[in-house]
Amino acid sequence: GVRVHLVCDMANPLRGEVIKLYKTLLYLGREYPQGAAYFRERLKSAFMKNKDVTDPEKIKQLVARGDFVIKELEALYFLRKYRAMKKRYYEPEK
Amino acid sequence: MPQKLGYLDCLSSGTPVVTLSCGPLPPQIRVKPDNTAVVTDGVKHSMNPFCEIAVEEAVKLKEKKLIKEVVAVSCGPQQAQFFDSDFCLTQETIRTALAMGADRGIHVEVSGKDYETLGPLQVSKIMAALAKKEDAQLVILGKQAIDDDCNQTGQMTAALLDWPQGTFASEVTLEGDKVKVVREIDGGLETIKINTPAVVTADLRLNTPRYATLPNIMKAKKKKIANVKPADLGVDLTSRLEVLRVDEPPQRQAGMKVETVEDLVCKLKETGRV
Repeated sequence: GVRVHLVCDMANPLRGEVIKLYKTLLYLGREYPQGAAYFRERLKSAFMKNKDVTDPEKIKQLVARGDFVIKELEALYFLRKYRAMKKRYYEPEK
Repeated sequence: MPQKLGYLDCLSSGTPVVTLSCGPLPPQIRVKPDNTAVVTDGVKHSMNPFCEIAVEEAVKLKEKKLIKEVVAVSCGPQQAQFFDSDFCLTQETIRTALAMGADRGIHVEVSGKDYETLGPLQVSKIMAALAKKEDAQLVILGKQAIDDDCNQTGQMTAALLDWPQGTFASEVTLEGDKVKVVREIDGGLETIKINTPAVVTADLRLNTPRYATLPNIMKAKKKKIANVKPADLGVDLTSRLEVLRVDEPPQRQAGMKVETVEDLVCKLKETGRV
């Protein structure tokens, strides 16, 4: 699962990045195979688990992990769609 | 020397897609009880996959500075389409293209009965009129829409404009005022060189479309979408086709397992297949 965090300290400059990451993941989660609600639950709990992290280095690491998950989701959706197209319209390769 | 070319992209709007759900109840495509059409209410719609590839190709050419501008075009109703949604599908499709990198959009308003009967002939008339109006040098479309599988719009557009066409493109290269297109054909690949202005239709292997990320979608909100009526373009949308009936394909019969080759031959003979 995603291990990122929700920074409660208003003054922390990384707060914006974290929120942006959450929004992006939430948006991507709409097309998740097991459903948007399933994804949203797990996304929220993953973020809440790390809400007390304050070390900026640790936060940056967690955000990078979140970015990695974004790339994984995009790859999943792409493969899903194009495998379907390939199967539907093209002869299987011999 | 980068060329200054204007581009037009055609998007198929309102394409019903069966969402490839891995969950326990995959959505089914159903025929309406009166057998007039497929049920589209409540079915998830998104941009036709071949059109996504077309948009990606146009944006790539712009990023290589080979073309000046990418214009995304889609035809459909102005108002929200489904009772349980408050967004306009056609606008959403255009916004996705803008998020992928198109510069501006054109929403051709087609609604009601006209939209129900909108087919390749009507769309190609619209595209031809817009191509002339916008002084486009290249029109890129998906090779076919996955709801009707017509594979006609690109070809008809080229014919109406009397432009050359490079269909089923798996590779597009601009060389001066010509376009080199590698086409996917039954026997393999065919390479042709055509003059611009030209029409190109995108096949699956042309490229890998980028995902329209949330930040890009936000930025795309600032890009303009013009509204145009077919009448303004002098296009008559009358359909020459009448749908008589729509039926689901016959239920697939369950297969039978046999133990030996002799059994198989026996069964084949029984059912009159040999």
